[in-house]
Amino acid sequence: MNEGRGKSYLFDPPRNRRRIVRGLIALCLALLGLDAVLHRHAVHPWDDLFGFYGLYGFVACVVLVLLAKELRKLVMRDENYYRRGSRKSPPGQAPNPEDDDA
Amino acid sequence: MLDLTPALPLYLGALFAGITRGWLRAVVMLAAPIVGAAGLLGLESGFSVTTDLMGYTLTPVRVDALSLWFGYLFHLAALIAVVYALHVKDPLQDSAALAYAGSAAGAVFAGDLLTLFVYWELLALTSAVLIFARRSERALHAGIRYLVMQIASGVLLLAGALLFAGSGGGLAFGPIGLDAPGGWLIFLAFGIKSAFPLLHNWLTDAYPEATPSGTVFLSAFTTKVAIYALARGFAGTELLVYIGALMTCFPIFYAVIENDLRRVLAYSLINQLGFMVVGIGIGTQLALSGAVAHAFTDVIFKGLLMMSMGAVLYVTGESRGSELGGLYKKMPRTTVLCIVGAASISAFPLFSGFVSKSMVMSAVLQEGYQGVWLVLLFASAGVFHHAGIKIPFFAFFAHDSRFVATAHEPPANMLIAMSVAALLCMAIGSFPQVFYALLPFAVSYTPYDVTHVLAQMQLLAFSALAFTWLRLSGIYPAELKSVNLDAEWVYRRLLPEAARRFLQSAAPLDRRLRRQGQALMRRGVRALARHHGSHGVLARTWPTGSMVLWVASLLGLSLVLYYM
Repeated sequence: MNEGRGKSYLFDPPRNRRRIVRGLIALCLALLGLDAVLHRHAVHPWDDLFGFYGLYGFVACVVLVLLAKELRKLVMRDENYYRRGSRKSPPGQAPNPEDDDA
Repeated sequence: MLDLTPALPLYLGALFAGITRGWLRAVVMLAAPIVGAAGLLGLESGFSVTTDLMGYTLTPVRVDALSLWFGYLFHLAALIAVVYALHVKDPLQDSAALAYAGSAAGAVFAGDLLTLFVYWELLALTSAVLIFARRSERALHAGIRYLVMQIASGVLLLAGALLFAGSGGGLAFGPIGLDAPGGWLIFLAFGIKSAFPLLHNWLTDAYPEATPSGTVFLSAFTTKVAIYALARGFAGTELLVYIGALMTCFPIFYAVIENDLRRVLAYSLINQLGFMVVGIGIGTQLALSGAVAHAFTDVIFKGLLMMSMGAVLYVTGESRGSELGGLYKKMPRTTVLCIVGAASISAFPLFSGFVSKSMVMSAVLQEGYQGVWLVLLFASAGVFHHAGIKIPFFAFFAHDSRFVATAHEPPANMLIAMSVAALLCMAIGSFPQVFYALLPFAVSYTPYDVTHVLAQMQLLAFSALAFTWLRLSGIYPAELKSVNLDAEWVYRRLLPEAARRFLQSAAPLDRRLRRQGQALMRRGVRALARHHGSHGVLARTWPTGSMVLWVASLLGLSLVLYYM
């Protein structure tokens, strides 16, 4: 199992990672191109729009992440937030490390 | 023998698993779901067992197409999970797991509400053991909270069932509807177990705290029994469409920022339940078929994802995204199997999620819920984002974690269980007509047409593009050691804190009241002592002479009064 130290794995060279990204962009463009060639029969009033699904998917994910980041400001707390409350230990005192995921 | 319940082989398996050891227990564990499923083959739709109890007709066993569908599903899920858990040397866990599977199977064959209640509570008790079996203080607390919620659901079910039966409806478990007496109580009982918004936190709280194999069992049964119960009791209840739509949406925001990858999967489980709940709410043949088909595929692919994260937890002892990464170097097989699960949940064409979820989506549009459809489409993109990409990416890729040096593939039985689940995902996705033919409702639906495949591929590819762009530009939120407040904050923080504050503010008042009370008592004792004490007026001894004098004067006085 130790032979892995010097070994280079599939995604270690940045070139391979770049290939993945380029492949994905090519796939997206190809699918967008297919939208022009193939006829999608509309199932929803909006999806007549050229590239509707691609646009919707992209915007949905960006909106999802941006909103989630805002949500984080509102709801994110320290990892031991609940444990401190239940233990009645003074704030700042480290909880029992044994309780961490065993 | 199955007259008692089709779940009998699983219960017997649970019994024997508790008292056997070594390879014998492995045989018992494997045989129980296989024998149980073989028993189902002998049951025909329409078969039922009835008995009378105090004037009410009970139906401990009722077999129809819907119950058989879930019955087979639960036996299959039990078998896969048992294989996954074969290396576990914990009779308590093994026994509880089989009893839990048995309770799920028993529940779907229950023909009346009282029998359903019994299995409902057995589900709660047996599943809680799988959480306690982690044997950590966190798991203990989470397990107790879980149990309280599950028992509350059972109490609501019983109260609703009594109201329903008391009004002359009988105990038979069929379509109930919200307008029936006790209907709302039963609806809420089912709602808790299907993780309706605000009632959902027991799931995200407890499932990630269970043992690696325990979570695989947990993710399969409780929520799917609830989906079955909703499909039987509340099909076509329009409220469910909106509840379901909400369920598909809000958990994905939490899933994006959650650090514990098994908790991400728990949020994603609620999201998938949302699609089923929408289907049940619409209630047409196609929608119901979509809901139960999705329940089936979800058990397999969510099980597969839970198994892959369980394998990571088993090997590294860690399931937090902030601590993991780069594991594809040492766990390539687990990585590939996880990606199959991720592709299935994301509904890639040729994978199982595609052929089941699209039925719900089509039914939503057919019934004219265009707004809901847009919400579900948003959720579909979000699923890919948080379950399809985030889970494999942060566990197996991203940056190299400290575990890369020591990690290795999980035991063979885990890999076999995951491979079986992965094969099923691909088989269902590739041969949907075979799968549809088995559905409890007759349905003609073709998932693979140009429009549908192209649309789905565009949606997914551009979602992946969005992830890549957000990640490369550094906008994507990093995995941080953190906890995110959710509805559970009310009972984990607000209420205990309020109780503590109340006690704290009431303490001085309480002290003063006590002190006043004590002073009052002291004064009373002193007053009593003045009159009755050893020197008190009333405790004095009287000389006999003065008594006689007083008697004589009283007699004299009465004589005077007499003459007057």
